Amino acid sequence: MTAATPTAQAAAAPASGALPTVRQDRLPLLLLPALALVALPLTGSFATWVTLTFAGLAMGMIIFIMASGLTLVFGLMDVLNFGHGVFITLGAFLAVSVLGRMAGWSESDRLLLNLGAVLPAMLVAMAVTGAVGLAFERLVIRPAYGQPLKQIMITMGGMIVGEEIIKGIWGPQAIPLPLPAAFRGSLLMGEAAVEKYRLIAVALGLVVFGVLYWVLARTKVGLLIRAGVQDREMVESLGYRISRLFVGVFAAGSALAGLGGVMWGLYQQTVTPQIGSGVNVLLFTVIIIGGLGSVGGCFTGAMLVGLVANYTGFLAPKVALFSNILLMVIILSWRPQGLYPVVKR
Amino acid sequence: MILSGDLPRSRVLVVLLIAIAAGLLFAPFIFPGAKALNVAAKICIFIVLVASFDLLLGYTGIFSFAHTMFFGIGAYGVAIALTAMGPTWTAVAAGVAGALLVSLCLSLVIGLFSLRVKAIFYAMITLAVATAFQTLASQLSDFTGGEDGLSFKVPELLTPGFSLSEHPFLGVALNGRLVSYYLLAAATVALFLLMLRIVNSPFGRVLQAIRENPFRAEALGYRIVVYRTCSNVLSAGFATLAGAMLALWLRYNGPDTSLSFEIMISILLMVVIGGMGTLYGAVVGATLFLMVENYLQDLLKLAGTAAAGVPVLRDLVQPDRWLLWLGLLFILSVYRFPAGIVGKLRARASRRA
Repeated sequence: MTAATPTAQAAAAPASGALPTVRQDRLPLLLLPALALVALPLTGSFATWVTLTFAGLAMGMIIFIMASGLTLVFGLMDVLNFGHGVFITLGAFLAVSVLGRMAGWSESDRLLLNLGAVLPAMLVAMAVTGAVGLAFERLVIRPAYGQPLKQIMITMGGMIVGEEIIKGIWGPQAIPLPLPAAFRGSLLMGEAAVEKYRLIAVALGLVVFGVLYWVLARTKVGLLIRAGVQDREMVESLGYRISRLFVGVFAAGSALAGLGGVMWGLYQQTVTPQIGSGVNVLLFTVIIIGGLGSVGGCFTGAMLVGLVANYTGFLAPKVALFSNILLMVIILSWRPQGLYPVVKR
Repeated sequence: MILSGDLPRSRVLVVLLIAIAAGLLFAPFIFPGAKALNVAAKICIFIVLVASFDLLLGYTGIFSFAHTMFFGIGAYGVAIALTAMGPTWTAVAAGVAGALLVSLCLSLVIGLFSLRVKAIFYAMITLAVATAFQTLASQLSDFTGGEDGLSFKVPELLTPGFSLSEHPFLGVALNGRLVSYYLLAAATVALFLLMLRIVNSPFGRVLQAIRENPFRAEALGYRIVVYRTCSNVLSAGFATLAGAMLALWLRYNGPDTSLSFEIMISILLMVVIGGMGTLYGAVVGATLFLMVENYLQDLLKLAGTAAAGVPVLRDLVQPDRWLLWLGLLFILSVYRFPAGIVGKLRARASRRA
């Protein structure tokens, strides 16, 4: 690391006056193809490998959608929302309600009609969870800024109450959430079977990542968010209201959790009130692996977790139950702050 | 003297504590029936568990999600030993000793490795470890009985079949259940007084100093990592003993009874509602929570019939939704009265004085 810093400065030096360019760290990204290549001889057949890789990527994408809000909120305001799972559950249940109303469209086997049912479900889920997130930030989280112990407790309390309210509205039992007709089944690519829904999940995940990346890297709001992650007080002293920015990020993060909830619910095909809190630990593992506060790290971490879970699930099912923890230990012993450590002040 | 100089300091609290103690002491005679005795025994066990969690959260300011893991280790220790070695007291002792050893080593390792980091990271790390342990316990089915858990026989003295005397005393049969209940109650009193002793010792003062201001405590010359780790180890030890008590009482142990995340949430609610940083809060919180869990449902049933006409309200006062109301009370406690019921009572008493 020490050797690399002077070269980065030296590279920036000729263009005097220009800001020093940030050195891109691509090493963690290389882990993904490396992992896939290592798994290829182990799985035995190429077809199985393709299936597993796609399954892993799809799972990773859904996890990324769910976890991205969590890591953004933490990065910006040091708030770790232990109640994040509630937004996922809420999104999944909203999908149940909307898709239930539009059963005619989602049961027909025309792809367009199916999309016409799923898209509103996703939009409704995002809108409602975003709005609830707004209220949650105002009522529950805002009074606890800067008090980590209180935050942990208060967000846990929010999770308990939220889960009970959801049980009150939709009932405590598991509700089946069937995939729309055209999403079911698999495509055959040569000998490898890839489930259609997984393809859709990968595509949607890439879109979400692209949009997030674009907003963060190319827009002014994104610039402010990134600046806020690095040094909140500096941004405030430049005259921007970081609290307003944060409300927005929290609402957006909740909306992403809602979208992730729809995807996760469809992936699991049943929705229970515990769906969100059940996945919470997984999300924490992912954002720790990625480096708390880093969206790119969250993406890489989610992919790693998804791939490892699927490969080990095929090769050694017993080990798969602990694969996330093992992965976290390995990554943290390589980079103690996660794959992409966020520079703080 | 016996309370280690830490008196309740509020008349209402004194009355409340005496009522709880008397209620627990005479529970088998005042409230007949298996359910009441079960609730009373649960209260005893959770008083120890919640007090040990308070030692960590309320006195040292550490939030750990791994507390039920130690509770589970205690319960599994007794369960595995009694299953393997048969229903003898040697087996009980071996189980408790083994579980304590495992808990102490594990808490020491977790503490030394991760108490250097910020509160939030510690919470996350313990959450991950606890989840892994829960998976481990349900997977090693040869050893732990997997999801089904272990049912085992306890020493004869504690079985319902054992009888002290032919004649019932005050209308209550003097059987092994009664013996084990009083054994539990005695253990609870002893452990509670021991913890009270610990938090009111010079060591306990240092813990509170670390909670209030870690930098300052460090500047005064206390190695805070050492103190935090000690607190972690102690609280893990007490939680393990509470787990052993649970297993002996239930004569069964499985992942849901001692390891589940719901128990973690329950003890969090108990400690916060009762009052963090006051061990008496553990008594009040545990009693209140378990009474609500077991009896509020009947009350809510009444409210449910009253609100039968109002659509949303009807669903929210449904008996199954009791946790909702405790959750709201929890959030309210964290913001409005952070020292919980006990703190509120004490503040009122000192205002009046």
